[in-house]
Amino acid sequence: MPPVVTPEVIWWALVPLLVLSAGGFLLLTIASLVRRLPDALPQAWTVITGLVVLVATIPMWDRVQSDGPRSFLGGTVAVDGSTVLVTAILAIAVVATALLARPYLEREDLPGVELYVLLLLSAAGGVVMASADDLIVLFLGLEILSIAAYVMAALHLRRIESQEAALKYFVLGAFASAFLLYGMALIYGATGSTRMARISGYLASTVLVQDGMLLAGIALLLVGLAFKVAAVPFHAWTPDVYQGAPSPVVAWMAAGVKTAGFAAMLRVLVVTLGTHASDWGPAVAVLAAASMVVGAWVAVLQTDVKRMLAYSSIAHAGFILLGIQAASGRGTAAVYVYLFVYTLLATGSFAVITTVGGRGDAAHGLDSYRGLARRQPLLAGAFTVLLLGQAGIPFTGGFVAKLGVLAAAVEGRTYWVAIVAMAAAAVAAFVYLRILVAMYLEDPEPDTAERIEVPPGTMVVIGVACAGVLLIGLVPGLLLDIAADAIPVLVGG
Amino acid sequence: MVVTTSWYLALAAVLFSMGAVGLLTRRNPLIMIMCVELMLNAVNLTFVSLGAELGDLGGQLSVFFVLVVAASEVVVGLAVVVAIMRRRQGATVDDLSVLRG
Repeated sequence: MPPVVTPEVIWWALVPLLVLSAGGFLLLTIASLVRRLPDALPQAWTVITGLVVLVATIPMWDRVQSDGPRSFLGGTVAVDGSTVLVTAILAIAVVATALLARPYLEREDLPGVELYVLLLLSAAGGVVMASADDLIVLFLGLEILSIAAYVMAALHLRRIESQEAALKYFVLGAFASAFLLYGMALIYGATGSTRMARISGYLASTVLVQDGMLLAGIALLLVGLAFKVAAVPFHAWTPDVYQGAPSPVVAWMAAGVKTAGFAAMLRVLVVTLGTHASDWGPAVAVLAAASMVVGAWVAVLQTDVKRMLAYSSIAHAGFILLGIQAASGRGTAAVYVYLFVYTLLATGSFAVITTVGGRGDAAHGLDSYRGLARRQPLLAGAFTVLLLGQAGIPFTGGFVAKLGVLAAAVEGRTYWVAIVAMAAAAVAAFVYLRILVAMYLEDPEPDTAERIEVPPGTMVVIGVACAGVLLIGLVPGLLLDIAADAIPVLVGG
Repeated sequence: MVVTTSWYLALAAVLFSMGAVGLLTRRNPLIMIMCVELMLNAVNLTFVSLGAELGDLGGQLSVFFVLVVAASEVVVGLAVVVAIMRRRQGATVDDLSVLRG
């Protein structure tokens, strides 16, 4: 009998995936076997797992930079600079979400380890997406990420809003997955493979006489991905889900799920289908412009701060798409910078919102923020830094991020989107200004005079996010260099 | 009359559209989950027929993965629906409109 040939496995490249999934499953097993877990254990476990992954990305990064990108497991999984960078961003988001989760769960009296387990598994899915070298693997990663996120949205058992958010998220997420998968099937039909390297090799060497199936596949793929990253006109679920889901979970959706979604978009559109950038580029440019305009405009009309930030996240998605539609190395690097900065901004902002939300996770109206500067100057000051960062004010990370994608769009000669982006940025700044005015210039409501306790874990998240945003704004060089080295490359076949 | 691959692809496209339209128009959460299944199985049919046309095993293999994903998706969807039904008997999607802005 001939020996069975097993595919090559590069174990060091799988460390983040193995640590995250083993962490999740072990925590679930331990929690179901031990009658009473120490209160602090699930959170500490999750934070340590996230930090281990974050530390593991440092030697991985050096190895990838010295040995070059590698493809393994029969050409279905790859490791390159982008994989490592996205893994690091996801690890940061996991740590931040876990730090926010414990005070929230205690305040809302929700026992159990499910949130932490689902968070770790969801992150594992994100890592699979970031290292996928095959469309089906990408789809599996996306589903692992999304299905865990659907359950996380439903986690607050006693709030019907949370359940409603989960159902909306589930239905539209499944709808989007089906579109994405149909697009993958048609691209498979047109090119004869689901391996990304083979698809791009085939498209580079062959001129398709009838490219209808390929174009339909690209269009469906684009619709599916646009749903996942919440680009207009596929954004309708975002405000409801952000408003209804538990606030720490929203931090994960905004930071982790979005990062993984854009990482997938870069791998599929820019790298695999880069030869057909003239087909999908204009469509992505329209999505970007619509997202920026609608996101910024509708955010102005909101009175709920969580919904405001949901629409502003749609506008941010538009800016990130600006970097993708450029379909260039510069655009890709700018997208990674934006994703890193946005992860800090989103986790920090939702940390503030989780705290101000109070018992019942309901005090998210603009009224709850009135006079915050007088009641709690430090919290208001931190929120100010984060909001200015989201607005893209100079000397914050948000400015560096926005400048990067704008430069990529101008370099790609899509001037009209760049102009729309600048107008949208001005409108969006007004949204953040409204929250700032409420915090600094208006008197507090008489019945909200009580002090808001900021738990130590939340304080760490807010502090690190503010420091990171300011640091990147003042010395952007390091992050820009890392992002420039992280451009994904396809190897294998 | 010869049944070619394009017939299967057309059938899959029709099934997929039925699922998509159903998902957008029906208001019963259970039927919406059935529509998701219909869409995913239409994609399976596409994968199988394209795999047969190309003489490539990859298409057939993909179906197994999609089946597993579809099953787990339905499990989560039904769990959410059950959690809602416990609180509100006979709820349709239109009854769930707490979230507005």
